[in-house]
Amino acid sequence: MRPLDLLMFSSRAATANRGRSLLMLLAMAIGVFSVILLISLGESARLYVMDQFASLGTNLLIVLPGRSETTGGPPPLLGETPRDLTLEDALALTRSPAIRAICPIVAGSAPVSVPPLERELMVIGATAELYAMRHLTMGQGSFLPPGDPTRGGAVCVLGAKGKSELFGNRQALGQWLRIGQRRFRVIGVLSSTGVSLGEDLGEMIVIPVATAQSLFNTDSLFRIVVEATAPEAIPRAKDSILSIIKARHEGEDDITVITQDAVLATFDRIFKALTLAVAGVAAISLVVAGIMIMNIMLVAVSNRRGEIGLLKALGAPRQQIMRLFLSEAALLSLTGAAAGCLLAYASIRMLSALYPAYLIGLAPWSPVIAVSVALTTGIVFGVLPARRAAKLEPALALSRR
Amino acid sequence: MIHLANVERVFQVGESEVHALRHVTLHVAAGDYLSIMGPSGSGKSTLLHLIGLLDQPDSGTFELDAVAVAGLDESQQARLRREKIGFVFQFFHLVPRLTAAENIELPLMLAGLDLAERRQRVDAAMAAFGLSDRAHHRPDQLSGGQRQRVAIARATIMRPAVILADEPTGNLDRAAGHEVIDILENLNRQGMTLIMVTHDPELGQRARRRIQMIDGRIENDSGAPG
Ligand SMILES: Nc1ncnc2c1ncn2[C@@H]1O[C@H](COP(=O)(O)OP(=O)(O)O)[C@@H](O)[C@H]1O
Ligand SMILES: [Mg+2]
Repeated sequence: MRPLDLLMFSSRAATANRGRSLLMLLAMAIGVFSVILLISLGESARLYVMDQFASLGTNLLIVLPGRSETTGGPPPLLGETPRDLTLEDALALTRSPAIRAICPIVAGSAPVSVPPLERELMVIGATAELYAMRHLTMGQGSFLPPGDPTRGGAVCVLGAKGKSELFGNRQALGQWLRIGQRRFRVIGVLSSTGVSLGEDLGEMIVIPVATAQSLFNTDSLFRIVVEATAPEAIPRAKDSILSIIKARHEGEDDITVITQDAVLATFDRIFKALTLAVAGVAAISLVVAGIMIMNIMLVAVSNRRGEIGLLKALGAPRQQIMRLFLSEAALLSLTGAAAGCLLAYASIRMLSALYPAYLIGLAPWSPVIAVSVALTTGIVFGVLPARRAAKLEPALALSRR
Repeated sequence: MIHLANVERVFQVGESEVHALRHVTLHVAAGDYLSIMGPSGSGKSTLLHLIGLLDQPDSGTFELDAVAVAGLDESQQARLRREKIGFVFQFFHLVPRLTAAENIELPLMLAGLDLAERRQRVDAAMAAFGLSDRAHHRPDQLSGGQRQRVAIARATIMRPAVILADEPTGNLDRAAGHEVIDILENLNRQGMTLIMVTHDPELGQRARRRIQMIDGRIENDSGAPG
């Protein structure tokens, strides 16, 4: 039998019983649709996060107090802090030729008030370097002035949201506000450039790091952000950070240095695992579709016993009968998969039109995966019915008993 | 060309055994015209299925064209069915979704012949059986006589050596029945061996050789040697 004849014969057999075939198509289409959609959404989420990281700058390292047990792994969740990082530690780092700039950071929340209004804001103690490192942009005024980090000052830079909550539409620049009991003059307002990695820049208020230390009554730092001179210098920067701090901490390795690479790789792994997991769940619906195919094909075989007997009487060997029924199952699966692909494609187009910021797109390999899984499912679950058809006793199939 | 010797066929029905064929010995020469008659359940269809390679004997030997059928594998048997045997059934067994022409074309398609040759042979067969104006009708748009003519055209399109007809007129009125018998006898005159099961004694009498079966045995054979 010629391949084209085989195809025509199976497709006509498949279309002869519309209800049955539509049911099968629907099951397969839903399975393929959910696999593609979930893979694409997972992949888009991953790309979105990667993109966010990249916008932080790629030469950055973060120094945290406390030692993480696994080197190169994610930052410690419950790291004990045996020895604090101090401002002097941070300044010592600038000796390394691999390091272009540092920014010591103190963080905490505190009540910020412009009587009669009061808001709890994230207070960040930092230096002028933070501006370039985090790619901040000013809405009004200027950022913290450069100068000796050990000397504070009663000035602050407000996030956009904090500004509108405390001042409304009034001019904030040059005004005074209170953080705790201290008075600060507003020298700048950040522009409202959204969210960066979950930290809402709009709700933050930046003050000089030394002032923040005395505000929170501490000598220690929350972290130090370090910028290497070049991406290639990151390993050298990391080594020199470790050795400088070790020397200052009486030979103890009690800090953790996170590079962007490591964080990026961790996030990448997490997202890929998540995407695979949801795709696996969706693939269960493909198995359900496969079982439906098997059922429907079994019914078809028993309804078409006469036809199968006839084909045998006309000289079709078992193998050919088997091929006829297998290609019918494959054809239905493929058509269903194609419908599912189209549906998924349309939904993704719609989602990306609705939420352009999230970069939602069709994961390029997802249709390939979904269609090959669908085809495999159709054929695997089509084997049992096809074998049953092939094994039918022709004499019995032809007699109407 | 057909040699059955001491053939038995036993069906297991639940606990009991049904002897559909008992010690059947039958030799049929090429080009012969046989009718097989007998009461219902006497094994006529079973015999026809054995000759047509749709069933295997439990014991005894069967040779078709001097080839021992028992030694052939499944695909070789299928090939013999395809090339040497044409079946005609009481209930026609047309594929309902295919047109008359496509039903007739089916054996050619299974054999993998090319399209031009198929078309030409189908057209010739349709003309020969007076079906040309029914080519694109589906079975449910045809009369019983027309359906059986389509079935005969399909059975003979591969130019088989043997036609096996199991009560080909059983579902037809008298006129259509006679028409079908005429066609079959005409094919026999052209050289095809015709073996026909029938209930109708009048039709049975027309055959050159008549076989009477009772309870799985050949009770009477008008053409038996000696
Ligand atoms: N596949 C089968 N399974 C069980 N019994 C069968 C089968 N085929 C035929 N028989 C039995 O064998 C006997 C002969 O059947 P059959 O050849 O169809 O008779 P006929 O065609 O002469 O009416 C009957 O008793 C029938 O019930
Ligand atoms: Mg019968």
